Amino acid sequence: MERHVLVIFPHPDDEAFGVAGTILSHTQNGTPVTYVCLTLGEMGRNMGRPLIANRETLPDIRRKELEEACRLLGIEDLRRFGMRDKTIEFTDDAMLINRLGEVIDDVDPSLIITFYPGYAVHPDHDATAAAVIQAVQMMPPESRPTVHALAFSEGCEKIIGEPDIIHDVSAFADQKMKVIEAHESQTAGVFQTMKQRFLEHDETMKDRMNTERFWTYPVDNE
Amino acid sequence: MKPIDKKLVQEKIDELAGKELYVHLETTNGAYASHKNQGFFSVGTFLRNARINYVQGKITGPGPFRIGLELEGGWAYAEGLTDWEVDDNNQVLLAGHDPDGRLAIAFQLSEKPFRK
Repeated sequence: MERHVLVIFPHPDDEAFGVAGTILSHTQNGTPVTYVCLTLGEMGRNMGRPLIANRETLPDIRRKELEEACRLLGIEDLRRFGMRDKTIEFTDDAMLINRLGEVIDDVDPSLIITFYPGYAVHPDHDATAAAVIQAVQMMPPESRPTVHALAFSEGCEKIIGEPDIIHDVSAFADQKMKVIEAHESQTAGVFQTMKQRFLEHDETMKDRMNTERFWTYPVDNE
Repeated sequence: MKPIDKKLVQEKIDELAGKELYVHLETTNGAYASHKNQGFFSVGTFLRNARINYVQGKITGPGPFRIGLELEGGWAYAEGLTDWEVDDNNQVLLAGHDPDGRLAIAFQLSEKPFRK
């Protein structure tokens, strides 16, 4: 059992697809989970059908969706960094590493969950994860938390190998579905299809909902 | 937002001519375009809160629409615009959405800066 889990992602909904079941397994086990979400996904392009958002209202809508997702996940400590979608890789690296370091100091997690730098497709994902790894590497080796990283770029397993952490989260599949649904502005278009495929026992979709995979990041191989 | 009414947009363009304005101009394919289709050449750009002052401008086309604003020393242009609104802050928001409601282009003008 973990002491405290710290989840660090750049966009509301990053915690939904490949991680929600794992988060639920911790919170339902009584382990506190802190979620650092760097942006409000201001540049998301799904505006609903019919349109429910525009470029200027989207951040407020996504903030409410994020808060609801946290409630469903049992996350009581949400920390928003107030950064802007698509700008993480251009921000002052030292500033971001320092801010993340302060949260790690404050929360003292035994486990951090983030993306796998270089293998997470979106530049914000890769930049966030790179800063997290550097913040951890600045800590004395004996006090570093374990880092579980999420990779999904095409062909990533050929380079970084198979994930070593496989979580069966089937017990949380229904709750995970609700978390995905909570990010309505981004997931409304695909949600009904996903749910239908899951209920019809489509193997790919069942696997996506029931199994979450992570790589233990080799933080100490500096 | 609602479907563009060309006449109303033109009135707004005429009203804002000659004023010091903030512009948000953006196009996007979505962050996952090349992930979903390896051959896809993904581009996107945004410019937020740049200052412009235009001499005159027009909205044209049968829909989706095009807008061109003639600046003192250049032009601002956008195509693929489908929807618009003037929001509670009196900011003029124009956008182009694909049939699934995904924003592909945004062109916004305001006398006050858009929030960062």
